[in-house]
Amino acid sequence: MGEERSDARSAGRSGRGVIDALVRGLVEAERHALDAERLADAAGLLQRFDPRIKLVALFALIVGAVATRSLTTLAVLFLVAVALAALSGISPVRLGRQVWAGVLLFSGLVVLPALVLVPGEAVAQLPFVGWTITLQGLRSAAFVIGRAETAATLALLLVLTTPWPHVLKALSGLGVPAVIVAILGMTYRYIFVLMQAARDMMEARRSRVLAPTSGRERRRLLLTAAGMLLARTLALGTEVHFAMIARGYRGEVRLLHDFRTAPFDWMFLALALTVPVVITGWQL
Amino acid sequence: MHIPDGYLSPSTCAVTFAMAAPFWYVASRKVKTQLHTKLVPLMAVVSAFSFVVMMFNLPLPGGTTGHAVGLAIAAIVLGPWAAVLAISIALLIQAVLFGDGGITAIGANCLNMAIVGPFVAYFVYRLIAGRSELTSVRRVVAAGFAGYVGINVAAFVAAIEFGLQPLLFHDATGAPLYAPYPLSIAVPAMLAGHLMLAGVAEAVAAAGLVAVLQRYEPELLDLTAQHPATVGRWRETRALWLGLGLLMLLSPLGLLAAGTAWGEWGADDFASPEARQEIAAASGDIAPPEAAPAGLERLASVWSAPIPDYAPSFLRNESLGYILSAVMGSGLVLLVFAGIGALRDRRASPASRT
Repeated sequence: MGEERSDARSAGRSGRGVIDALVRGLVEAERHALDAERLADAAGLLQRFDPRIKLVALFALIVGAVATRSLTTLAVLFLVAVALAALSGISPVRLGRQVWAGVLLFSGLVVLPALVLVPGEAVAQLPFVGWTITLQGLRSAAFVIGRAETAATLALLLVLTTPWPHVLKALSGLGVPAVIVAILGMTYRYIFVLMQAARDMMEARRSRVLAPTSGRERRRLLLTAAGMLLARTLALGTEVHFAMIARGYRGEVRLLHDFRTAPFDWMFLALALTVPVVITGWQL
Repeated sequence: MHIPDGYLSPSTCAVTFAMAAPFWYVASRKVKTQLHTKLVPLMAVVSAFSFVVMMFNLPLPGGTTGHAVGLAIAAIVLGPWAAVLAISIALLIQAVLFGDGGITAIGANCLNMAIVGPFVAYFVYRLIAGRSELTSVRRVVAAGFAGYVGINVAAFVAAIEFGLQPLLFHDATGAPLYAPYPLSIAVPAMLAGHLMLAGVAEAVAAAGLVAVLQRYEPELLDLTAQHPATVGRWRETRALWLGLGLLMLLSPLGLLAAGTAWGEWGADDFASPEARQEIAAASGDIAPPEAAPAGLERLASVWSAPIPDYAPSFLRNESLGYILSAVMGSGLVLLVFAGIGALRDRRASPASRT
């Protein structure tokens, strides 16, 4: 982390910071996806559920977290998410690194002014400036951060315990049109192809740079790279299309379904679905 | 501007999703008729590009850096409908796979960045670029403005979504349940960031990419440059027309709401004890001022609506009045746009003959 910071600071001087940052971002995204694939294959509670059931159940829990009007219920849901993660072989350390820190930093900054801006009952006064922190401000900040953390944790659980092709099959099993599912599947594949292409372009350029470059030059470099990536993307689209036609594609997409549900799945689904129903019904 | 889960209430999420859905439907129909079997591979690679290009952090004039959503360049190269699909898919994958943007907020994020933004950018681009040469500087400028205006309008819509939350949703203590800032804070805060930084990033990206394409692949700019937008084809817009009709029929539902619409008071209401009671009830039991505000009284007589309270006096049935008002209001808006369209076609047609 410290290294990255100093890298970013030196960006202005060396002129390679933006390229390094892009390469690092691309590598990070690839690592995230690889991690997800590895964890999805491991043994654990969530990995055992039918992907369709899991998709609906986790979505129900997210809706519950977004709909609740009580901080206690929100805290319980957060603990449920952490427990589900632990039972599925996902450690709190990973959750902390991948979700909690980022969400806390972003949402924390966003809601920080709310502590003093939301009118209400004063609970404390900031020294020097004299602004009053209100109970309502604290509660609203807790709601936003709590919901964002809980929902993001639950969303990550789906991705970390389900291989992407299974998420897609689950979507089609739930009635999403096959064409959309096919596009989503191919998009996922080509994201990595294009990220690799972008990385190659940046590495190639980086190996040819000797002197510091100005902001204007770096901007031109990145825009030219993005422009060429777009041109290559469209050419790739044509090539892939021809390849598909050559293999017999006539515009119809068929997907195989081989998921089987067990009573265990339906129990999980029933439990998860009661959460938003109870929360909205009893205004918890 | 990717809105995470928890900032918008479930009902806001549902409404924004419902608003985005007809656009997705029309976009998929339109793009499918254009692309046939190429739909799946082309949309897949373009969505992937849209995803990857959001990771490019551009150095901006002034020493800062910023991300672009790429909504303007997508609309310029692919046309607005294909851009709607490509950016929506990229946003969906970002939300599900990388946790960037909420799952429940997907409708809102798509509405702002994949629908409002690209359409605004597209119209700004076409307006400024006119029928200029593919390689003219005017197109670069047009793309820059398109990006700047597109992302700022998108941010404005997002700010409205945020700003409505504290008005509508509170817990028992009065604490806001979702995004805590009212419109008076949310709109300036969002716009300040986007006018100064994200807008510049989007403008630099769109203008720069158009300049690069002009130089190396000008034919990619051809799609949206030559052919005027097809309008008025019934098959493609059928769903939107039916939706509009349904909304008109449903307009009397507003009558079911209890109490008065907060803030929509006339000068007379301050004098009537019954109306004063309703105002107080709608304002958290804060009594309204004794007399009508002087400015309200002065300006109230300047304009009197042709159909006050949405129900013309000659109609006995209030619901019928609502529907009639909805039909007339929407009709007027449609007439204005049909007029603008006709004027534009007349101006464009002599040029196309030369």
